[in-house]
Amino acid sequence: MGGFDWSEITTNLPYLFGVGMVFTVKLTVLAMVGGIFFGTLLAMMRLSRFRLLAWVSGGYVNLMRSIPLVLVIFWFFFLVPYIWAWILREPRPIPVGTFYSALITFTMFEAAYYCEIMRAGIQSIPRGQVWSGFALGLNYWQTMGHIVLPQAFRNMVPVLLTQTIILFQDTSLVYVISATDFMGAAAKIANRDYRLVEMYTFAAAVYFVISFSLSLLVKRLQATIAVIR
Amino acid sequence: MNYHWNWGILLQQEPGGTGTYLHYLIVGLGWTLATALCAWVIALVLGAVIGTLRTTNNAWVVRLGNAYVEIFRNIPLLVQMFLWFFVMPELVPTSLGDAIKQMPPPWGAFVPAVLCLGTFTSVRVAEQTRAGINSLPRGQRMAGTAMGLTQLQTYRYVILPQAFRIILPPLTSEFMNVIKNSSVALTIGLMELTGRARSMQEFSFQVFEAFAAATVIYLLTNLVVVLLMRWIEGRVRVPGLIAMGGGGGH
Repeated sequence: MGGFDWSEITTNLPYLFGVGMVFTVKLTVLAMVGGIFFGTLLAMMRLSRFRLLAWVSGGYVNLMRSIPLVLVIFWFFFLVPYIWAWILREPRPIPVGTFYSALITFTMFEAAYYCEIMRAGIQSIPRGQVWSGFALGLNYWQTMGHIVLPQAFRNMVPVLLTQTIILFQDTSLVYVISATDFMGAAAKIANRDYRLVEMYTFAAAVYFVISFSLSLLVKRLQATIAVIR
Repeated sequence: MNYHWNWGILLQQEPGGTGTYLHYLIVGLGWTLATALCAWVIALVLGAVIGTLRTTNNAWVVRLGNAYVEIFRNIPLLVQMFLWFFVMPELVPTSLGDAIKQMPPPWGAFVPAVLCLGTFTSVRVAEQTRAGINSLPRGQRMAGTAMGLTQLQTYRYVILPQAFRIILPPLTSEFMNVIKNSSVALTIGLMELTGRARSMQEFSFQVFEAFAAATVIYLLTNLVVVLLMRWIEGRVRVPGLIAMGGGGGH
């Protein structure tokens, strides 16, 4: 193995962070925003009076939670070009690139998990809040948008963020479609220079420092917002 | 969309000559389950020990347990997989490292995958175990002490038999997670179900049949696990608790 080569890490820092980490962070943030948006819609569908909506949403969430993320990544990687071609009425599948493929995958996949969190959040709001909304003459969307969701969201912020830390770690799996996220960048350099020990140890350390600091932040946040009821 | 569907592909021979593609995928399920079950044994043993240690009143033991949990929880599974597969053989003594690297094909990936998934999941089991122990009334522990049991005996005869039965339902979902997570082992070359669906897609170009078949197999597996665990939960339920399936038998 011959000594841990620090220079291998320092010379490749611009590529690792400038290319890899930028990809990872962009993917995480956008998938979080999209995932929470669709997750909230799914949660509202799941709690809807209309059986069909509840059933579709429940089926989707259970499907996503039953199959491995790697398989979902493969599914979307091959499926999205076909859907895209179908939307644009093109005869043959249109490649969308690994970033957009990954973004769609993680948005749709994480939406299922965010949905369960938002459902718990909505269900934790006392029924009287909804009634008082209707009593004030608000319609469903106004009651949800102005009364229920803001409270549900506030209560669930720590859990949503914890799920986002998991998302941040899960994005490393885009390795299987050869995307250049942080892990992909590390793997590419590791294989090019045959410096597997240095690169993978460094990648592990970086992921650990980021995830651990974020989880400490979430814990602190939890302590400050949990009191207000 | 002009995708050419051909479900008959599942009954055609795969190029390796071991049988049909369907058979090829089922063998993949076998590897998935073998990996998941072996990892699950490691996870249960390690997780139970570490989770229990984290509830003791020895500050250093608790701190060590916490460090273990934080390390395995804050590094992505894929990275841990690479650490076990690529880095671990380089860090152990040379002779052992060479022995690991020379393991014949399925085992060379299988063993690191099992160790990786086992330790990764042990952290989740440890969290559940700790939560289960902490959910017991304080009086249980006091009663143990009052009867003159040592701390070890209190755990052995009073705390753990109850805690393990309480945490069974959350452990079911952890077991399903191990099955799903074992797919990450395809990155180190273990030909489990997802890996085989991927290579079936490469050989046959029938992308969606391959992934649909794998998806259905995963769904059926989940169903079997849920039914099986529900049956076990019914048998080991702690009498007198409200939890677990709302009272009556199934």
